Amino acid sequence: MTTLAPAPPRFARLREVATRPTSVLIAGGVLAALVLAALGADLLRPADGIALDRVLAPPSLEHPFGTDETGRDVLALSLRAMRVSFAISLLAASVALLIGVTIGVLAGTLGGWVDGLLMRIVDFFGSQNHFLFAILLVVLFRPVLGAAAAVCLSVGLSHWLVLARIVRGELLSLRERPFVAAAVGGGASRARLVVRHFLPHLGPSVAVAMVLLLPHAIFHESALSFLGLGLPPHQASLGNLIAAGQRSMLAGAWWISVFPGLLILAACVAFGTLGEYWRDRHQPRWRGELEL
Amino acid sequence: MTATVEHAPATGRPRRPASAARIIARRMLTLPLVLFAVAALTFGLIAISPYDANSAYTGITGSISAQTREQINVAWGPDGSTLEQFGSWLGNIAHGDLGNFRLLAGQPVAGEIAERALPSLVLVLTALVLVLVGGLVFGVLAAAFRDSPLDWAVRTFSYYGTAAPSFWVGLLLLYVFSLQLGWLPSGGSVDVRAADGGFIDPVHLILPAVTLAITQQAWFTLYVRDTMLEVLRDDHVRFAEASGVRRVAVLTRHALPNALIPFITLTGTHLSELIGGAVLAETVFGWPGIGRLTVEAALAVDIPLLVAITLAGSVLVVLGNLVADLLYRVADPRIREGAT
Repeated sequence: MTTLAPAPPRFARLREVATRPTSVLIAGGVLAALVLAALGADLLRPADGIALDRVLAPPSLEHPFGTDETGRDVLALSLRAMRVSFAISLLAASVALLIGVTIGVLAGTLGGWVDGLLMRIVDFFGSQNHFLFAILLVVLFRPVLGAAAAVCLSVGLSHWLVLARIVRGELLSLRERPFVAAAVGGGASRARLVVRHFLPHLGPSVAVAMVLLLPHAIFHESALSFLGLGLPPHQASLGNLIAAGQRSMLAGAWWISVFPGLLILAACVAFGTLGEYWRDRHQPRWRGELEL
Repeated sequence: MTATVEHAPATGRPRRPASAARIIARRMLTLPLVLFAVAALTFGLIAISPYDANSAYTGITGSISAQTREQINVAWGPDGSTLEQFGSWLGNIAHGDLGNFRLLAGQPVAGEIAERALPSLVLVLTALVLVLVGGLVFGVLAAAFRDSPLDWAVRTFSYYGTAAPSFWVGLLLLYVFSLQLGWLPSGGSVDVRAADGGFIDPVHLILPAVTLAITQQAWFTLYVRDTMLEVLRDDHVRFAEASGVRRVAVLTRHALPNALIPFITLTGTHLSELIGGAVLAETVFGWPGIGRLTVEAALAVDIPLLVAITLAGSVLVVLGNLVADLLYRVADPRIREGAT
């Protein structure tokens, strides 16, 4: 295949990046810093253990986030907790991805009564409170799956609706495209249509949906952990840290709860800003569905 | 709503307006369906989960009297097929018997839920009023002064309010206003030192309601702002402006009523979000509502109680949507006039 369009000028990619809105650049920088800090927690801030000579020390140069009631460095704890939060949220979003894409593809490809039934199910779930549902799931399945897997399952099972709606919507318009008619004319089976013609086209919108799903997953995971229904203390996530700092807060030590919360806020705003920017540029039709 | 609102002529075939009785009948018919769906879903989940009613009540020791076992079997159905169990369980629910509750130690659950529902309802409705009033004021101001620092501030605050974990916002407010400044009480719904504190002390309501409102206001504020920006470009608004109507009057009498009509439906759908947010706000502030009962039940692995709360929440959502439908009819003259 020959391309007739002129080759893009050199540095075009660089210029494109440089002309992005400042907020998007900042969000990207913050997110990169957070992810790197979470991954490199052991190098940046080795776990320092209990030290009873510096209990509840306020933030200082030596301990930027202060220390907790057993003298542990809150920054070191927060970075590790952020790593747990990110990992769990990514897994939970993947669960949602799997369920949402499956339901959406079934509804969009089979159509007819299957579509009607599946969309009624989506509407039904949409009208219910997904946080109560997540609590019920985590309580039921924690004994058999363990806390981490139960949280992933619970957050995933309560967040697939948007993905199902988007995938179905994309498929409804894809089905009308000429290349699909050509494939059908060439004798392609339904399964081949899905794998070779539909799924590759779903990439961009599903990717945007995933980015915007992550803040929700982070929030729900930390909320469950905050309530004591999520991860156990030895796998502490940011939600656990906030809950653990609650008691010290009554004694005036605000830093144990405040800094982990700020990290959640920063990560969620960064994911939201990037995801919505990406959505507006590439998938503006999903404005109403895809939001922080 | 003022009579100055003008509507573009409806295009296409006019929809048959629904009377209030029809709206109520339709929603009431969906109620049993929704409840059945919720019951089926929760029962299915319980059936595939390792949860076992007998062992949950006996604990590790396994000692249980024959009488208790009988009670459990009555509540959860005999040891038959899953479908039989579901049938008997559903029958019990239909009779208002939701099972045994370890947490409540034999108290009737309907009474307990009703008792806990009232503080929750007060909290959620107060937060809703705060969301609506705040969203209205700041949404209209942001639209009227588009791209001004005020607009920017409103949008930023909404965005950050959505992204911030509500329990964390609650803790911050608690620290600042209760612990540091000492202006507001830190928890509970009444002053325990008072001999007869009554039911709910409004001062105790402020912090939880504000927490809930801050984290839930974005959808409405941004909705009002965006719709106002759209309506301000409409012909009838520009005509009013051109004929010399004052700016405030243009905003409040010509633009706002049109911008507001669909928000009632939105309020109905956001009710379930508010209920979820209430779980966290109630936990932070020790508010004696359904949300805290939910967490207590979850921590005690009291599945029957959790199921009962889920069902109660579903009823509330259906009723909320019913109220929204009825209000919608009052607010939109096209529907109202068509019906009378």
